Amino acid sequence: MNMENIKDFLLHDFFVTGEPMIYMADVAIILVSLAIVFVLTYFKKWKWLWKEWLTTVDHKKIGIMYIIAALAMLFRGGADGLLMRAQLALPNLHFLNAQHYNEIFTTHGTIMIFFMAMPFLFGLINVAMPLQIGARDVAFPYLNAISFWLFFFGALLFNLSFVIGGSPDAGWTSYTPLAEKGLDPGVGENYYLIGLQLSGIGTLASGINFIVTILKMRAPGMTLMKMPMFTWASLITSVIIVFAFPVLTVALAMLTIDRLFGAHFFTADSGGMPMMWANLFWIWGHPEVYIVILPAFGIFSEVISTFAGKKLFGYKAMVWSMIVICVLSFFVWVHHFFAMGAGPAVNSFFGVSTMLIAIPTGVKIFNWLLTLYKAKIRFTTANLWALAFIPNFVIGGITGVMLAVVPADFQYHNSYFLIAHFHYVLIAGTVFAVFAGLHYWWPKMFGHMLNERLGKWAFWIFVIGFNVCFLPMHFVGLMGMTRRLYTYPADLGWTPWNFIETIGAFAMGVAFIIMVYNIYWSARYGERDTTGDPWNGRTLEWAVSSPAPEYNFATIPEVKSLDAFWEMKKNGEVEKWRKQPLEPIHMPDNSYRPFVISVLFFIAGFGFVFEWLWLGVIGLIGVFLCLALRSFEKDEGHHIPVEEIERTERAAGRL
Amino acid sequence: MEKNQSFTHDDHHGFPWKHIIGFILSLVLTFAALFVVLSGALPTTMTLAAIVVLAIFQVLVQLLMFMHLNEHEGAFQTISMAFGFLIALAVVAGSIWVMSFGM
Repeated sequence: MNMENIKDFLLHDFFVTGEPMIYMADVAIILVSLAIVFVLTYFKKWKWLWKEWLTTVDHKKIGIMYIIAALAMLFRGGADGLLMRAQLALPNLHFLNAQHYNEIFTTHGTIMIFFMAMPFLFGLINVAMPLQIGARDVAFPYLNAISFWLFFFGALLFNLSFVIGGSPDAGWTSYTPLAEKGLDPGVGENYYLIGLQLSGIGTLASGINFIVTILKMRAPGMTLMKMPMFTWASLITSVIIVFAFPVLTVALAMLTIDRLFGAHFFTADSGGMPMMWANLFWIWGHPEVYIVILPAFGIFSEVISTFAGKKLFGYKAMVWSMIVICVLSFFVWVHHFFAMGAGPAVNSFFGVSTMLIAIPTGVKIFNWLLTLYKAKIRFTTANLWALAFIPNFVIGGITGVMLAVVPADFQYHNSYFLIAHFHYVLIAGTVFAVFAGLHYWWPKMFGHMLNERLGKWAFWIFVIGFNVCFLPMHFVGLMGMTRRLYTYPADLGWTPWNFIETIGAFAMGVAFIIMVYNIYWSARYGERDTTGDPWNGRTLEWAVSSPAPEYNFATIPEVKSLDAFWEMKKNGEVEKWRKQPLEPIHMPDNSYRPFVISVLFFIAGFGFVFEWLWLGVIGLIGVFLCLALRSFEKDEGHHIPVEEIERTERAAGRL
Repeated sequence: MEKNQSFTHDDHHGFPWKHIIGFILSLVLTFAALFVVLSGALPTTMTLAAIVVLAIFQVLVQLLMFMHLNEHEGAFQTISMAFGFLIALAVVAGSIWVMSFGM
């Protein structure tokens, strides 16, 4: 190999070249990285970063890191969305070429589902769920850190693709045989497969972690039917994760083996079965829809009940409808590919099973409405997001039932009608929920409130922009505009609708900027939460000070009923509980290893992406060494002495 | 429910023979299945039968050696096992049904 070869490789295969926007991104990445290094060095924060964050096993800090990463990914995925809307604003534009457009819709979908929606919800579950059940951490804090760092480095690997090697371009569903090596050479799809594999392992571990935490670590007296609804949602979501994610893991591994080692699981020739990929992908993919919507339902339940000042209507029905959704979610996957031609019997079965899910979902909608009925509603920003969710989500739900009607689906499928449907459920469901949760739990995370005025501006601009963007997609969809189309001719009557959609998309971008500005403004000037209970809350997370101390609860409260903290306040038991004698608290130790093991996974992943097996093997040997070291480690944790607990509680004005 | 109750009733002392044997058995069963397919020595139906039988043994090894199936924990375990088998059945039988394309 001579100099010329190396130069050729770097310029043609390694770095993405020849695209002005990518060069701009290169410059931005380098400048931001330099700025981060400079700030950390100038303010002497490296040690702080390492000790307080990179090695932490504290569920609240891990939750905050999940949320920061998810916000960054919302920016990236949102920028992808805006680029697509810019390209489609007018007919015959050449702002993006076909290949670039393919890459952008692929990364938009993948990032929004895997690296924005799920981590954002995991962040909120991490922050709130252990506090809601009166626990001091999750069941396996070390594993929790591994989950986060695997997600983080999986996302980093995936995002690297657009400057090094080239982005994946086969859609977020990565359908075979298109995603196979023969039709899609290069490293893009490898990034998809291995980035998702890494973060998928982290997700699976989180699912197990949350189940054990909820089943084994509840405060005394909190039976399953006295758990807050968000905790129930987290439990059921985790069950779905544990049963659905292995299917994705296996499917990704099989396609990786196809691409890297020349197997034929999903190829079009040599006995491969390309349609099996779609089948396996959606066996995971439909439960995935509920993985991102059930925690959202949980957030809305908490927010609506708090700001209605009422117990959640129909608690038992809410729990049972989630359990029914959990079971049904595994029996509907074929509705994602009715048009593949599985035959009338199969399609009828899956059409009916899909419509059945509308029943438990409808039960939940009516329960929220009845919780609000005759309530003295407080219109906080968090509650506005929850209230806007109901009508907007119902639109998505109704188009969902329309799409479940098989003969009609043959008309709608792959059109913008479908795009409108799933954005109405995913944005009005999941995105509204994470925004509601962000405003609701922000004081518990950081000790200050987010500004309500800025929050409401962002809310109104976003919700209006959202409808302006996605409502017209129903119409262009019915007019025949198909998804994943990089441009269109002028004479089809689609132009005005597309132009309106683009305006709406940019309005959502503006709302996001206001929200980020709100975070900055509130950190500096926002009202401090000195009580720990800024919303007159109902569940145990509001019983501790804001931000929650490292050990969460100085003493563990005794739970007697649903809405435990509300009952404590009503019965005047809060002071008595706070005056209970303190004991030293046993807490887990920090560890550098979850970070290091994930870096090694990242190195191995990068090796496999470029099919440099030697690098992959080196990385995996490092991973194995870390596992071996861990298994010989005696990790007893540490005790926080009573004096330190007293000092912390006194500083929070609690003793 | 009591807080911080111990997670397993397993005896943590002594050499983990159960795990070592389970690990070796699971590797043997995996490579046996791979060998049956790659060697191509058996006719197709026999190959399929062989890997299904090996898969059933694999499930048993996982459940008995690693997943504490024989440590009775009551209703939770019954429900989760039943749900697990239901999902496994849906995935396997469902895939065969869907991918047969009405034939």
